[in-house]
Amino acid sequence: MMAYIVRRALYAIPILIGVNLLTFVLFFVVNSPDDMARMHLGAKRVTDEAIQQWKAERGYDKPLAWNVQAKGIEKLTDTIFFDKSVRLFAFDFGQSDSGRNIGHDISQRMWPSLAIAVPIMLVGLTINISFSLMLAFFRGTYLDFWGVVLCVAMMSISALFYIIGGQVLLGKLLNLFPISGYDTGIHAWRFLILPVVIGIVSGIGAGSRWYRTLFLEEINKDFVRTARAKGLSEQAVLFGHVLRNALIPILTGVVVVIPTLFMGSLLLESFFGIPGLGSYTIDAISRQDFAIVRAMVFLGAVLYILGLLLTDISYTLVDPRVRLN
Amino acid sequence: MPFQPVILATDALVYLLILLAGISAFYTHRHEHLQMPWRQVGRSRTAMGALVVIGFYVVIGLLDTLHYRPANGTDAQGNPRYATEVMSVLDWAATPLREHREKTYSAPFSTHLYMRETVELPDGSKVRDYPRLKWGGAHLADPDDAAMDIVQRSLLGILVGAGLWLGVLLIFARGRWAVMRGWWQDPAHGPQRTAAWTLLVMLSLVGLSLTLAGAYHVFGTDKVGEDVFYQSLKSIRTGLVIGTLTTLVMLPAAILLGIMAGYFRGWVDDVIQYLYTTLSSVPGVLLIAAAVLMMQIYMSNHQDEFNSLTERADLRLLFLCLILGVTSWTSLCRLLRGETLKLRQLEYVQAAQAFGVGHFTTLMRHILPNVTHIVLIVVVLDFSGLVLAEAVLSYINIGVDPNTNSWGNMINSARLELARDPVVWWSLAAAFVFMFALVLAANLFADVVRDAFDPRLRERS
Repeated sequence: MMAYIVRRALYAIPILIGVNLLTFVLFFVVNSPDDMARMHLGAKRVTDEAIQQWKAERGYDKPLAWNVQAKGIEKLTDTIFFDKSVRLFAFDFGQSDSGRNIGHDISQRMWPSLAIAVPIMLVGLTINISFSLMLAFFRGTYLDFWGVVLCVAMMSISALFYIIGGQVLLGKLLNLFPISGYDTGIHAWRFLILPVVIGIVSGIGAGSRWYRTLFLEEINKDFVRTARAKGLSEQAVLFGHVLRNALIPILTGVVVVIPTLFMGSLLLESFFGIPGLGSYTIDAISRQDFAIVRAMVFLGAVLYILGLLLTDISYTLVDPRVRLN
Repeated sequence: MPFQPVILATDALVYLLILLAGISAFYTHRHEHLQMPWRQVGRSRTAMGALVVIGFYVVIGLLDTLHYRPANGTDAQGNPRYATEVMSVLDWAATPLREHREKTYSAPFSTHLYMRETVELPDGSKVRDYPRLKWGGAHLADPDDAAMDIVQRSLLGILVGAGLWLGVLLIFARGRWAVMRGWWQDPAHGPQRTAAWTLLVMLSLVGLSLTLAGAYHVFGTDKVGEDVFYQSLKSIRTGLVIGTLTTLVMLPAAILLGIMAGYFRGWVDDVIQYLYTTLSSVPGVLLIAAAVLMMQIYMSNHQDEFNSLTERADLRLLFLCLILGVTSWTSLCRLLRGETLKLRQLEYVQAAQAFGVGHFTTLMRHILPNVTHIVLIVVVLDFSGLVLAEAVLSYINIGVDPNTNSWGNMINSARLELARDPVVWWSLAAAFVFMFALVLAANLFADVVRDAFDPRLRERS
């Protein structure tokens, strides 16, 4: 098991290098730093000095990947690629284009993101499982049919409308919660309820329908028939046999997204003005701050790979038939 | 010629898509075993109803794809001169909608503007009041008659729709009333009846918009006074293009790499797996954002390369499809690899190899036909997700060009209007209705297609 984890961790290195190459090509080769500077400085007629200064301030004035003028190892290290990409592996994100320390920003903004994402995941999971278990219990009846229709209808509504509808209905008309904003410390809870509720509701459709399919797949298996033949009640069969086995794919599906919870929800955070990593990313995109976008891409890739690793490990924990080697 | 046809980049791909769909429909028609799953789809009431709804969207989208430049006068040699503005057949058909521009917001079916203005009365005095709209209900002498007029026009519209409907049914029955009645009463025609009822609803809506949209702003007007109903109609093409062209551009790579990885294994498999793991480990939104940002920089630095705004917006739409395709081909590739790994162990593939059949022939003849159901399921299932994704991306300004009509742009420009008092809700409502109908129909249809084509599900039922 340990050997497997080490090997997977080593396998992550080429992938992260690939991700870095990709963002490097996207950000520096397709458009030269000069183009970026011109974009940032706005006007069509920018003096060369202004561009040079902009580049020097942000360290974009070096050669791209190979410094001809430098000596020895510095041929490789004194370049933009080394400066901006390789340092990411040490989680040294450097400075954003507007001069702030990205690493510090991320460690600050992580917590509001988690404060939204974790309740949405936990409560949402409970609701989705209960609802889909109910549908599976009443399978083949009108309740099941209309439940599925409701799920499909809820899936067909864009997340934007859930957010706008929730804000107008719960925030503006009923005046239950503040529409947007954030507070420090424990007082933040008032601002968190509305996004959490909306996040859960918008996920019910797709989640419940998917879990219902998983339950129905289990219900048709032989061991469930055996359990019924033994004379167990339908409830005992459903909770003791169906749920326990269907939990394997559900759990592993959840584990894979756990690390990415840190990234926050782009839409929820920007709509509700919550200072998490999601709104950080959106702000960076709209301000065209490439240093932040690059850092977030790297972080996202690391967390994704971590999620895959956790999934494999969780398989061995919940399903004794699976062995890692 | 009174017009000059224009084929934009996405138009060409749409025509290619139609051609491919035509070829595969013809091929399916010639092969009995390929028709079986489609017959099962045809037996589903939901699928038939959903198909009719999707059909109407597709027709509107296609009308909006036929682009041309209208002629405006002739030059010295008598050759026609063409306008720089690119129009579509839909623009032409909806000319009243396009040209009925108000000053600013107005509510659906309203005869007055949303905001007060200084109005000059016939006797010369001035008051601050809601002025009459330039077009909405302008044919009425007294705006208080609007309610009665709307009811009359609605009834007329429904009658027109029902008339069209009867006409369509009679064409199907080759003009014979008795044939039609017999067909209708046949209990085996349940799904077709559902389709017919849906058709009645849709044609009634068409009739309603024929009689109402010319005289009123059915969904109101937006901030610059443009008809929201017209915007929603124009957005249909954007949604459909994103939903279909994205899969079209990603399919060649996904199929080729997927079956190659599964078939050849070894280092080919390693390389391809590395490729898609790397791509899928980058958060999709960020990859799209990065690519779109880079494209914006490129476009703003190379403005002279684009002939017109329409062309530029169209290229941006195509680019968005491409980059969405790059982020979404990995899951299909993974599925195909897994299926091919299974298939290559089967007897008929091994027999083919034992006979010395080449790799290429084996792949084309034995592997590819047996993975097409997966491709089809993924294409159909992805469609609704992509339509929804467009709205979200446009909301964070990394979607289609701000000048392109799309539901995402409608939502984006309307979200701040909810804070106004009274609330400006109609843009959002229109985007919601149009999007919801399309996505719901697509989801329902996709479900039935998946059930029909997935052999695992087929055996169980």
